[in-house]
Amino acid sequence: MPKNVPNTQKLNTRTDLNALRNRLQTAYDPNKTRVRVCMTGCRASGADAVSAALAKEIARLPAAERKNIEVVETGCHGFCAQAPVIEIDPVSIFYGQVKPADVPEIVQKTILNKKPINRLAYKDPATGQPITQAAEVPFYKAQERSVLRNLGRVDPRSLDAYIRTGGYAAAARALIRLTPNGIINELEASGLRGRGGAGFPTFLKWRLARKERSKPKYLICNGDEGDPGAFMDRGVMEGDPHAVIEGMIIAGFAIGASEGYIYVRAEYPIAVEHLTLAIDQARKYGLLGQNILGSGFDFDITVKEGAGAFVCGEETALIASLEGKRGTPRPRPPYPAVAGLWGQPTCINNVETLANVPVIIGRGADVYNDMGSGTSRGTKVFSLAGKLNNTGLVEVPMGITLRELIFDLGGGIIDGKEFKAVQMGGPSGGCIPAEFLDLSVTYDTLSKVGAIMGSGGVIVLDETACMVDIARYFLAFSAAESCGKCTPCRVGTTRMLEILERIAGGNGKIEDIDLLIETAAVVRDTSLCGLGQNAPNPVLSTIRYFRDEYVAHIEHKKCPHGICKRRPANREANRG
Amino acid sequence: MARKSDTVSLFINDVPVKIHRGASIMEAAHKAKVDIPHLCNHRHLTPTGACRLCVVELEGEGPGRPLIAACARPAESGMRVLTHTDRAVAARRLVLELLLSDHPGDCLTCEQSGHCKLQDLAYEYQVADSRFRGRRNRYPIDTANPFIVRDFEKCVKCYRCAQACQELQFCEVIDYMGRGFDTMVTSALNRPLPETECVQCGRCVSVCPVGALTEKPSRYRGRSKDLKKTVTTCPYCGVGCAIVLETDGQHIVRVTSREDSPVNKGDLCVKGRFGYGFVNSPDRLITPLIRKDGELVPASWNEAIAAVAAGLKRTKQEYGADAIGFLSSSKCTNEENYLMQKFARAGVGTNNIDNCARL
Repeated sequence: MPKNVPNTQKLNTRTDLNALRNRLQTAYDPNKTRVRVCMTGCRASGADAVSAALAKEIARLPAAERKNIEVVETGCHGFCAQAPVIEIDPVSIFYGQVKPADVPEIVQKTILNKKPINRLAYKDPATGQPITQAAEVPFYKAQERSVLRNLGRVDPRSLDAYIRTGGYAAAARALIRLTPNGIINELEASGLRGRGGAGFPTFLKWRLARKERSKPKYLICNGDEGDPGAFMDRGVMEGDPHAVIEGMIIAGFAIGASEGYIYVRAEYPIAVEHLTLAIDQARKYGLLGQNILGSGFDFDITVKEGAGAFVCGEETALIASLEGKRGTPRPRPPYPAVAGLWGQPTCINNVETLANVPVIIGRGADVYNDMGSGTSRGTKVFSLAGKLNNTGLVEVPMGITLRELIFDLGGGIIDGKEFKAVQMGGPSGGCIPAEFLDLSVTYDTLSKVGAIMGSGGVIVLDETACMVDIARYFLAFSAAESCGKCTPCRVGTTRMLEILERIAGGNGKIEDIDLLIETAAVVRDTSLCGLGQNAPNPVLSTIRYFRDEYVAHIEHKKCPHGICKRRPANREANRG
Repeated sequence: MARKSDTVSLFINDVPVKIHRGASIMEAAHKAKVDIPHLCNHRHLTPTGACRLCVVELEGEGPGRPLIAACARPAESGMRVLTHTDRAVAARRLVLELLLSDHPGDCLTCEQSGHCKLQDLAYEYQVADSRFRGRRNRYPIDTANPFIVRDFEKCVKCYRCAQACQELQFCEVIDYMGRGFDTMVTSALNRPLPETECVQCGRCVSVCPVGALTEKPSRYRGRSKDLKKTVTTCPYCGVGCAIVLETDGQHIVRVTSREDSPVNKGDLCVKGRFGYGFVNSPDRLITPLIRKDGELVPASWNEAIAAVAAGLKRTKQEYGADAIGFLSSSKCTNEENYLMQKFARAGVGTNNIDNCARL
């Protein structure tokens, strides 16, 4: 990518950073035509070919026209159902499902003559009318994109682009103007809770780590996102790696850590590539390393790739894996804040949590706290998957109703079918039936109905779904991903799965339902870590709301939806 | 910061207990004479919280919170621990059912019968059978090494053997392998023990709570529960490890050690644990032998001592005292060793005296 202002100079002070931002903003021409192509998630749908076709087509234009056009390869725009997507500035035109063959027409009509092509525009499902303006597409209209602010907008491989849009200003403020306790107090005022699943107040985690006197302390960013159908953290790491790094600098300063680790799934090669590149860039600019921006604070980050175990998202297993040991959880307490990596005080935060930090420190805790509901403040990123028209990545204020999430943003159910249930929180979560569609989405409301916020995976099921099959799918995942250390998870999940397979195959007995519930209660009550404790949730929630489907399988000795018979027992469920 | 007190005070089933800071709930319960069941916890090993049989309730924590593993949770002041509530007992029973559902029911021929913690707990909690029907782990029995029989089907994955190997013997030969239901505790890549760094000390066998690891030389020669146990000292070297001889009246069937022995705390080496075959060996010498015309001929002790004395005298006269060296055995007592050096120095007149304690 051509850089507007080449910068190889180290930033020694906050003034240097401000000066660089001013130079970058002055050199940036907002009226230049920019074609923003998603080059992360959309690659799976052929974005590479579209980007190459754009470059080729633009190269054929006369030099005078060519220099006013730039192709920006960005992170995820969010609207995965329309992949590959492009947006064209400054006319703000949005096209979905673009093919290389469409490119010459896009260049001629939209880029050179600023005219929309209705054929490529998003169609309102109700009226069939094309909506060409990105901001008018309902999928985007209802969103509140703060964590995802740069996704789909800037090149994640460009530190200059990040700085130009205000990047590292929050870190500079934190390091120069705030004290560690001041930062923690702002976090407390913001009401931010951990976005990895459990929803533990972030400020409290930081305060506990800050209080420890033993040195060194470590900060770990948990990027081992593993729920099937969840790709929130992937989106952020691929599409805005500097936001994660900036959050880590602030967190490291607040707790008194000088070393940070990003533990990221090896199955996310683009995330690994972009994070590694971003860390390298940040070091060159002096945003990582010794005496950052003249603050006297030293901090550096290492990227560590996981080896493909779901359980390594659990913090103690993650630490064991980082230490080079088998990734199995250990009993807590002691919590990592007291004894974590190499036995030292360690703070572990999820990717989305850390990406929220620059937003809070940059815009102020009040602005953040104004969004949300109850004790769930700010925004939450969800990945919408399943039988929805608009699958993709969205960011909405906490407290949005399920109906808004699924029908307004999600565009309703494919083929006009009936909504049946939504699985929230992946294999650790539960199924929520239609009667709770008007439930506002917060940590507390979700756990009351038997699901969890989890990391933000939303899987929508339509009327054709068999709930026994759904329970079986998620339990098969948990059983296969159990580390095998504790009895209830190792044996219990497998025994529950076998009962489910019997029921699904028409060989169940009515008392099997009670045995399932009894076993689930003990697996939940006695397992060593969150994986086992939450593994029964999909089974318990489907029995709670769809018991009649279990009974139907047993009484009629077959699956009423004809699904369980078609699908062979899936013990070795692959990861998402 | 105020200095924390060295002890904590808590209640185990309403009985007040004081215990050192850092002790687990299970240790506190032990002090209160309350037995909390467990398979994985062991006095010399770091608590892992693997078996989940020691789960207890904390008063004041609602049913929404998971139960607590007493082995791994440090006791805290003010805790009110309830060890045998309906909820905890029901959980233990189901966990036992789960363990038994993947365990061969061959107690009739199992070496460990009568000395098996799983059997004892099934009895105590009256879990006769498991309601779970499903697949079971199937493995061939590994008898490929001289001392240890590994029957993986009986393994309850308590992980004690691996911990003993890592934390007590520092050999690090065994660890978990595989995931979920297929998890097994074995050597790297499941190789036979002789192909590993294993020194056959048998510490893994000594901590196995079930019949998964047993002593090969003792197979079908008597179960621990039926044997007479004699505490003595290992005759091999100068360390003086305490051992327990398990005998059937005629023979040593098995050698074990006591975890509370002050010298070796339950550890033994391959010789101490398995090197007792000589005791009843037909090759063992029962009279002195004197070589006559190239043949070893049985002799009386008087003849033998006279022959040794004559040889020593002749050598000393002909070549001097320093032509003679004495090597005493660490199988002898300290007093015997003392007498040997006294005899060498004062009797024969040489300092050439050594001992085989460097095994």
